[in-house]
Amino acid sequence: MSGHEFQSFFPDSGEVDMSDPSTSIDESTIAELRALAARYPQPRSALLPMLHLVQSVDGRVSPAGIEICAEILGITPAQVSGVATFYTMYRRRPGGKHHVGVCTTALCAVMGGDALLDQVSHKLGIGPDETTPDGKFSLERIECNAACDFAPVMTVNWEFMDNMTPQKAEKLLDDLAADREVTSTRGATITSWREAERVLAGYSDGRADEGPSAGEASLLGKQLADANGWSAPKGEQA
Amino acid sequence: MSDLLTPVLSANWGTERSWTLDGYRSTGGYTAIEKALKLTPDEVTTLVKDAGLRGRGGAGFPTGMKWSFVPKDNPNPKYLVVNADESEPGTCKDMPLLLASPHTLVEGMIIASYAIGCHTAFVYIRGEVLHVHRRMQAAVAEAYAAGLLGKNILGSGYDLDIIVHAGAGAYICGEETALLDSLEGRRGQPRLRPPFPAVAGLYASPTVINNVESISSVPAVVANGAAWFSSMGTEKSKGMTLYSLSGHVRRPGQFEAPLGVTLRQLLDLSGGIRTGHQLKFWTPGGSSTPILTGEHLDVPLDYEGMAGVGSMLGTKALQIFDETTSVVRTTLRWVEFYKHESCGKCTPCREGNWWLVQILKRFEAGEAADGDVEKLLDVADNIGGKSFCALADGAVACVTSAVRHFRSEFEAGYHTPAWELFPYGRSALFAVADKSGAHA
Repeated sequence: MSGHEFQSFFPDSGEVDMSDPSTSIDESTIAELRALAARYPQPRSALLPMLHLVQSVDGRVSPAGIEICAEILGITPAQVSGVATFYTMYRRRPGGKHHVGVCTTALCAVMGGDALLDQVSHKLGIGPDETTPDGKFSLERIECNAACDFAPVMTVNWEFMDNMTPQKAEKLLDDLAADREVTSTRGATITSWREAERVLAGYSDGRADEGPSAGEASLLGKQLADANGWSAPKGEQA
Repeated sequence: MSDLLTPVLSANWGTERSWTLDGYRSTGGYTAIEKALKLTPDEVTTLVKDAGLRGRGGAGFPTGMKWSFVPKDNPNPKYLVVNADESEPGTCKDMPLLLASPHTLVEGMIIASYAIGCHTAFVYIRGEVLHVHRRMQAAVAEAYAAGLLGKNILGSGYDLDIIVHAGAGAYICGEETALLDSLEGRRGQPRLRPPFPAVAGLYASPTVINNVESISSVPAVVANGAAWFSSMGTEKSKGMTLYSLSGHVRRPGQFEAPLGVTLRQLLDLSGGIRTGHQLKFWTPGGSSTPILTGEHLDVPLDYEGMAGVGSMLGTKALQIFDETTSVVRTTLRWVEFYKHESCGKCTPCREGNWWLVQILKRFEAGEAADGDVEKLLDVADNIGGKSFCALADGAVACVTSAVRHFRSEFEAGYHTPAWELFPYGRSALFAVADKSGAHA
């Protein structure tokens, strides 16, 4: 031992889990995957949405999903795997029904996000990138989610949970655990991670009209302008 | 002289069902497109050039000029790609815009596509914002049904398709050439330039890539005229823009104002720093723009003003931190972000950010060795300007600016942990442990 042997800092392999060949992809999924590929001037452009759809069906990027995407697009499974392992939203192993994200990028962390992560982690009994044994929750420490004026921010299945506090986080997890209805602060009724992934693939769930047009912080400037009689100048058309 | 706040993009965010076609039309939506389709494409480009609209995604490049770089004699199809990958820490303006008024972007995309001669346009939205996807998908579907997209738009003979595309979690895809690789179904890694996207972008064809806010500003420019737009703002930074205030202010939020407003003015509007506290440091436009301090409260928040004090306007994401905040902790967390998001293509960025995190952890724990400040700057010097894209430069900017303004705080890391100097509980909005989140 020279003391300079290679040491990996990654506890787990970053590869797709090929040991479990199971899949729920059927003919209708394959038809939908083909339809995605047909939307683009060049089919390979559909790969990211296709992988979202694979996840929505299999709960992860499955070996079968990789093979099928490769076949439809006329590329190699290695090329598909290369893409699947680059992006953080693709799961290489099965996760929970609900994906819970806690933002711990600098601003949210300072405002209380670090404490929220500790709390959620403790309550669920899992660390980041882990799933509860009952398959209900997965936890991720997420990076900035473009909602900083609502800090500290959490997400459930990629829906905004704004202005979080320890009390709100506690209730959120209790409600989700008990299958009570939960609504995003600037979004729709929480469904499941898989249903969210299906929307990201491009297949509507008909919930666009749920939720408000904007949160309070988004409207603050406009409200102050109205209160003070401020506006943009009149244009040519006026 | 314009009013202090000039809501244009955000004017309809609070109206009834603002995200629907009917809601958008009730506030004057889709009138600019009728005007634009009566002009020639070149006239539209000239109008946007004359208005002085500059890119709102960070770089500030003149939008109309970008459009005019698309070669007319290139036989390949032309493409418009809207960058809605909003992921720069602190940046939170495009997502509320798309939630509240996705049709503003659709209308802007139709006008911009018409100007550059494009018939297939894309909007690349980061994946982690589910409801934004729903609203944008629904808006595009409504626009097709109303004859605003598809064949022969409003009887003009002009055809356009818009594809709403989901990313999958990668900050780097906000970099325009990485975005193109991602949109081609590849790992999102930046390309060497030249060739520039205007000549060889998506599918090696002429491509214009613009930020959501830039394209969303186009309908207002067309509807109201170039002179109207340039009557707002400063000499070289024209028009209104969205400023996002977050952090230790009493009322965080979005403020649409003429370019050149100052942080002092915006802080007044947001009720100032939270009660009993003072401003310590802030970013003008996300974590990649060098931090500033209380000295810079009266510097105009425009492209030139920020460049003049060694920073950048960036995305106008004003993250405000008060005197309870540890600069070392904040810098570490930002650099951890860049380390996580480095695409791995360039060695200086991939390895350098990893090392910066290791050194910054020592500072946070009060275990830095004598000379570690110099080491930090030396490593930073080996990253910045030595990689393909601006991610590396942004990562270095937060380190070097933090050391420039708060060197003594880093030197205190030779003997005292950051959480003892600045107990973390004091920075949070609710009761938390003073060592919460510390890497120790």
